[in-house]
Amino acid sequence: MEHLLPIGLNHYLTISAFLLGFGLFAVMTRKNAIVILMGVELILNAANINFLAFSKYNGGMGGVMFSLFVIVIAAAEAAIALAIVINIFKIFKSVDVSSVDTMKE
Amino acid sequence: MIMNDLTYTIIFYLFAAITVFSAAFVVFSRNVIYSAFSLLFTFFGVAALYVFLSADFIAVTQVVVYVGGILVLLLFGVMFTKGIMNTELKSDVLHIVPGTLILAGIIGALLYTFYTTHTWMQTEKQLHGSIVERIGYETMSHYVLPFEMVSILLLAALIGAAFLARFDRLDHDNNKS
Repeated sequence: MEHLLPIGLNHYLTISAFLLGFGLFAVMTRKNAIVILMGVELILNAANINFLAFSKYNGGMGGVMFSLFVIVIAAAEAAIALAIVINIFKIFKSVDVSSVDTMKE
Repeated sequence: MIMNDLTYTIIFYLFAAITVFSAAFVVFSRNVIYSAFSLLFTFFGVAALYVFLSADFIAVTQVVVYVGGILVLLLFGVMFTKGIMNTELKSDVLHIVPGTLILAGIIGALLYTFYTTHTWMQTEKQLHGSIVERIGYETMSHYVLPFEMVSILLLAALIGAAFLARFDRLDHDNNKS
């Protein structure tokens, strides 16, 4: 109980580990493409928490800047991925990724 | 420190619980709409944790970009691909046993490593207070090239997304005739 009280680096790393595990679980086990995208967002958030935690306890600005770039990349990734999902829905009439098994119309 | 230590700890655990439990609900809920709205709480919880990590600017960016942009985009994707009250929104699950094994394995291995190896070496000069000014200096000095490159990348990605998801005039004409 003693080591739980002062909030330290391990607390943030624990939360990040949980988010990473849940995100990986969603990516591996779900068939709906949009839930898989949500899992990817969870993984990116876990990485961001790690960057910022190490940056705070290191005193540098590297992690803060990197997490800013991660957020930008996540926005680009979400836009492209949803465009692809909408195209998949137009062609296959479903967003089930296990039924997408051809590369040509 | 202005805040009482115990209050600080309790508020931290509150936001940590919100983040972790809503993330679990995102993953284990079978309804896509419930998952999307639970993701909202995860993003807000993570933004609160960023404030605890004295990254206030990143927290505001997280709320603006994730909640205002990505989450709306995801909801739009859900509602565009299926009717919102459609029962087929419930999504199937496959590889449940290896998935659970890897989930438990990864979380267990990471936590075991964190808590049993050694204590982290922490600096005396931790970040504290507002870092908005320092982010401005860093963006315009050390990180000016990545900053410009990421802006071009974002522009290209958004043009590409608009091109990919655009209304297909040819198909529409064929369907009408």
